[in-house]
Amino acid sequence: MTDLTHIRNFSIVAHIDHGKSTLADRLIQSTGTVKDRDMQAQLLDSMDIERERGITIKANTVRIEYPAKDGETYILNLIDTPGHVDFAYEVSRSMQAVEGSLLVVDASQGVEAQTLANVYQAIDADHEIVPVLNKIDLPAADVDRVAEQIEDVIGIDATDAVQISAKTGIGIPDVLEAIVTRLPSPKGDITAPLKAMLVDSWYDAYLGVVVMIRVIDGTIKKGDQILMMQTNAKYKIDKLAVLKPQMVDIPELGPGEIGILTASIKQVRDTRVGDTITHERKQTAQALPGFKPAQPVVFCGLFPVDNAQFEDLREAIDKLALNDASFSFEMETSAALGFGFRCGFLGLLHLEVIRDRIEREYDIDLITTAPSVIYNVYMRDGSTLELHNPADMPDMTHVDHIEEPRIKATILVPDEYLGDVLKLCQDRRGIQVDLTYAGSRAMAVYDLPLNEVVFDFYDRLKSVTKGYASFDYQMTGYREDFLVKMQILVNDEPVDALSMMVHRDRADMRGRAMCEKLKDLIPRHMFKIPIQAAIGGRVIARETLSALRKDVTAKCYGGDASRKRKLLDKQKAGKKKMRQFGKVEIPQEAFINALKMDG
Amino acid sequence: MADNAGFGLYVHWPFCQAKCPYCDFNSHVVSSIDQTRWKSAYLTELARVRDESGSRVLNSIFFGGGTPSLMSADTVADIISTARGLWTPANDMEITLEANPTSVEAGRFRAYSEGGVNRVSIGIQSLREADLKALGRLHTVKEARDAFEIARNTFPRVSFDLIYARQNQTLDDWKAELSEALNMAVDHLSLYQLTVEPGTAFGDRHAVNRLPGLPTDDLSADMFSLTHDITEDFGLPAYEISNHAKPGAASIHNLIYWRSGDWVSIGPGAHGRLTLDGKRIETTCFSAPGQWLSSVEKTASGYEDRQTISPEGARTEAIMMGLRLTEGVPAEMLTGTRVEHLINDNLLEIRSERIRTTPKGRPLLNAILRELLA
Repeated sequence: MTDLTHIRNFSIVAHIDHGKSTLADRLIQSTGTVKDRDMQAQLLDSMDIERERGITIKANTVRIEYPAKDGETYILNLIDTPGHVDFAYEVSRSMQAVEGSLLVVDASQGVEAQTLANVYQAIDADHEIVPVLNKIDLPAADVDRVAEQIEDVIGIDATDAVQISAKTGIGIPDVLEAIVTRLPSPKGDITAPLKAMLVDSWYDAYLGVVVMIRVIDGTIKKGDQILMMQTNAKYKIDKLAVLKPQMVDIPELGPGEIGILTASIKQVRDTRVGDTITHERKQTAQALPGFKPAQPVVFCGLFPVDNAQFEDLREAIDKLALNDASFSFEMETSAALGFGFRCGFLGLLHLEVIRDRIEREYDIDLITTAPSVIYNVYMRDGSTLELHNPADMPDMTHVDHIEEPRIKATILVPDEYLGDVLKLCQDRRGIQVDLTYAGSRAMAVYDLPLNEVVFDFYDRLKSVTKGYASFDYQMTGYREDFLVKMQILVNDEPVDALSMMVHRDRADMRGRAMCEKLKDLIPRHMFKIPIQAAIGGRVIARETLSALRKDVTAKCYGGDASRKRKLLDKQKAGKKKMRQFGKVEIPQEAFINALKMDG
Repeated sequence: MADNAGFGLYVHWPFCQAKCPYCDFNSHVVSSIDQTRWKSAYLTELARVRDESGSRVLNSIFFGGGTPSLMSADTVADIISTARGLWTPANDMEITLEANPTSVEAGRFRAYSEGGVNRVSIGIQSLREADLKALGRLHTVKEARDAFEIARNTFPRVSFDLIYARQNQTLDDWKAELSEALNMAVDHLSLYQLTVEPGTAFGDRHAVNRLPGLPTDDLSADMFSLTHDITEDFGLPAYEISNHAKPGAASIHNLIYWRSGDWVSIGPGAHGRLTLDGKRIETTCFSAPGQWLSSVEKTASGYEDRQTISPEGARTEAIMMGLRLTEGVPAEMLTGTRVEHLINDNLLEIRSERIRTTPKGRPLLNAILRELLA
């Protein structure tokens, strides 16, 4: 057990690409926590998808032993927090588990929206914040300007900002010293009953469910009987360890310490981020504040392209859900798509990550239906309905009104792109809340309907600003609006996977765009195919895919037979990636691409 | 497959004087050819495939390429007479040689005829000077017409090929050219729409948008149906997607392919099909000329591969080839496929227990086959 005064717990707040992971790697490396030869770039981001996207999805942690200039050795616990708005709650819990933050800002880029959101969480968590200016070795680095921006935009003193280059290692010792001298040590009462926060949990193939904890008061030992106060579940601790970053067993953890435990917990779903862990016999009087159960906000259907893979999909989803309490699912049947699952996600990134993992790790081709948010449908008879799926939309004549979720979006963008950003927000039914300038950058705050953001807002934003805008959002509540269910009919058959809830004023435009898109995405057939968008029985947009007129091989003799036969076999395989709607075959990628808006 | 579908011998000559920019056949341009070595290799192969096929009635021999009219007449004659000795020649055995219409080649027609060739298929390709150039052909329209005259005075049966749906060709242009062609034709014509194949000079140019003026889908569909209408009115109806003949003048050899008969093949890259003990065998020769030649010389076999085709694969082939013919395939061959709605949509039709394409279905055969077989 380490004395409280010799512990520093901290997180790193940064925008994607500003060097959070590289800095973490350097801290680990320079203290000899990991031998150079075992060092793998970006050690903490472990999942392939995390590495590819340059984001952290699960919180990771590492315990570093640092001999400081004062001659004492300190235990530094770094929690690497998730870096995306979808995981805001997880971020807030990780922040609660530490006392300070390094605010890493790219000295050549400046402050981004995501940095802001996370730094405000750090401020909310009463963190001491040490600004760190990274990439000072780049020619474009402008230390003074960025320091000024930190003071202007965030309102924290940047005069003592540590200047580093995580890539070359410049300034790393200064960062370590600053952690010890400028961040506070944790507080806690070793004699009080055990009170620890469940910071994160994940599934490990060898150990089963692993729980990351931060001890607040008391001590915890292997063999202890513990109680999770929210779920009221009791367990006996099988293993107690710290992450360096590999697991090293430890007999006991005391106040201020961060470690992991295993306790024969069956599924990650049985654990709740933010839960309070205490001793079963000698319980703490009060659970930690701020606990919230995971709440999916975006829903969509996932169907196997090949119906025969439904059981494989069920297995994949079951396995992924074991490791992710925030991901919800239930079986769904669609007239056109057969059996699949209606799944709930924390946000779009979360949706994409889960979908990618199913396709990649389980080798199942998926059709993803139009993402939907949760609408509150108020019926004329006084009852209400939470609508997750446009397919379940009741007859409009029985509906009194519909409310949709709204968000507060913060967008930081260089001046020259501001016009395009304002137009995008306006087009998506946004209401401007605030518009301020910080240097040559504008910060626009918009009140937006979540359903307008849910699909491709972020892609569009990146595209109209050439990637220079940064974006963050938080849910703000529900508001009534004129929403309708729009159906898409292909060859006069409704394709339920393409149904969506849409604002009435936007329906014609979206309907037209969808029909045009589908006309390009569906291959020509031997007959002409009408593609229509309709609200109730009324068609609001229509395109016609003309019939294929000629597709025949001019020469086919004895020597061509083998090649042509093999081509047909290949087409048979390609056909498995199409879904049949009446007489029409729709390729898998058409479902997602049809929803993408160009404006 | 079907015993009554006949038995043929295919001989592939892989050399050309120049490679045409649209051609994706196994053809090669070389500076000199050792005719004696090649002749002896062909004769070695003949004896071997005779052992493989057993004794059969031989309905046809076809010299294809490449440009088989570059073969020495002596080689052609020896192959024919050897084949006659190895199998039992049918009374009406068809012996076809593909020829290019240059004066040099026309000069060999007499000798080919004396060696036993009784049908030539001439690659005229176009009756328009500028188009012959664009297609990379080495002959002029005049040379082509002259060669054709010599051929029809030399051989009992003569066919020629044209390529249409060419760059910048209008419907009227093609109509006029086709009328000229029909006036020349004896009893058989092959009319192919230009197909830009990957791996050819045209394919490379097309990939970088340097092959302008190709017809739209609609125009090529119109050209296709115009071709079928005009030839039919003229008494040379299509008996296959791209082949037109007076009744009784269809190519016996090519019918073997489309009716899934048996054929043995010799020469680089040639494919054969044999039905032995109820199994459909697919044979493939080495395609590189040098490799084939040395394989024959060293191992007494030009085969690169010999495989049994599954019954399902054989059925796929039989349908895919058979539906190219105007006569279609026996209806029972399509049992269990989605043939019903293709008939309802007037793409296929049933006539005397055979299923065949309708005029509407014919230009969509690939889409029909995907529907039936994929």
